[in-house]
Amino acid sequence: MWALFMRDLRLSVRAGGGALIGVLFFLAVVAVIPFGVGPDLNLLARIGPAILWIGALLAALLGLDRLFQLDREDGSLDIMLMQETPMFLTVLVKCLAHWTATGLPLIVASPVLGLFMNISGPAMLAVAATLLAGTPAITFIGAVGAGVSVALPRGGVLVSVLVLPLAIPVLIFGVSAVNGAIQDPAPFLPPFLILCAITLFFSVLGPVAAAAALRASSD
Amino acid sequence: MRLVADNLCVARSGQIFFSGISFSLGAGEALVVSGPNGVGKSTLLRVLAGLLPDAEGSVCLEGADYETVAEGAHYLGHRNGMKRELTVRENLEFWRDFMASGEDGHRKRRASVLEAIKAVGLDGIDYLPFGYLSAGQQRRIAMARLLVSHRPLWILDEPTSALDVRSQEMFAGLVADHLGKGGLAVVATHHALRLKNVRSLVLQPDAEASLDAGDPFAVEASV
Repeated sequence: MWALFMRDLRLSVRAGGGALIGVLFFLAVVAVIPFGVGPDLNLLARIGPAILWIGALLAALLGLDRLFQLDREDGSLDIMLMQETPMFLTVLVKCLAHWTATGLPLIVASPVLGLFMNISGPAMLAVAATLLAGTPAITFIGAVGAGVSVALPRGGVLVSVLVLPLAIPVLIFGVSAVNGAIQDPAPFLPPFLILCAITLFFSVLGPVAAAAALRASSD
Repeated sequence: MRLVADNLCVARSGQIFFSGISFSLGAGEALVVSGPNGVGKSTLLRVLAGLLPDAEGSVCLEGADYETVAEGAHYLGHRNGMKRELTVRENLEFWRDFMASGEDGHRKRRASVLEAIKAVGLDGIDYLPFGYLSAGQQRRIAMARLLVSHRPLWILDEPTSALDVRSQEMFAGLVADHLGKGGLAVVATHHALRLKNVRSLVLQPDAEASLDAGDPFAVEASV
């Protein structure tokens, strides 16, 4: 399993892997907001966490359609399906590798991008913490979409459309936890714990559902 | 160890590819599947590999401690299952480690990656990215995957496509070696592999007709 993790990580940082595409997209989304909204620093600080979260959500969805498609195209998926190793475990490891390659850079980049949005120090920390807890859920949910659409040649948009409704709760609780951290009456911990619960829930459901979808789509 | 297939039938989107195929293959024997293009050779092999979930009939590997046929089989399909961006060595090391997980008993019989590359006659290119190789070389590296972890059954779909005559002989030697150690092989091919202990299964396009006549495809010994 470690071999699979390392292979997927290597593939995503080598040429054509697209690990940094997500970060570039994140940068593009967040960097244009101040130009569109205008130089109102208070307004930017207020909507900043939400903008960071939306940018990270869209960036995390960006490369998900390739999660299984490349393995299917070169025949690796057939061999993986035949192994004694249960398929959901293989999918789980692939998700973790994908998240390490695409999700983790987003979290590292979020404080820097927070500067664009005039976000205060504690809020930046809160954004990074909620992204750390929430983005794995997006990957696990996306794995189901990627598994369902693996046989379609242009599944990219379909994956995003399939996955987005399920990812909305992650966005809601992520942003409300950040707001809880910076505004006094609102609590931080309850939405943050719900966010963690969502991630744990989908870390079980996502791989099992994606494995079933992959098995059904092999022909 | 025996591979026993009983009454295999595959219908995809209403069209019956073949039905009523039964055969049994003992240790050290190879089954060569032949027939015209589009008759369902690849489909039959994918059924054996457990990659077509809605196939009817049963396949099992008797006398082996594998739960399904798929777990005891290597499948070499039309696609090589290798990543163009990784080097030859990284590719093979990945498959060796990935396929070895959960089979400690066979660990000793695992050949090293470099030995496997040497066995397919490509030593010295293990540091090149897989994508840099020619089609024939890529095919040979895909064959090296069969050697880096042990599986008793080899399911090979057109294994010698894109290979020159010498490589075809080299590959026939690898299969003969595998059979000599008590392995089994099911090969779909148009080229004669010149193996001993070969049985042949000829698929005909009029699959329904032969079923109607109550006469399943005959498995007969060939030279």
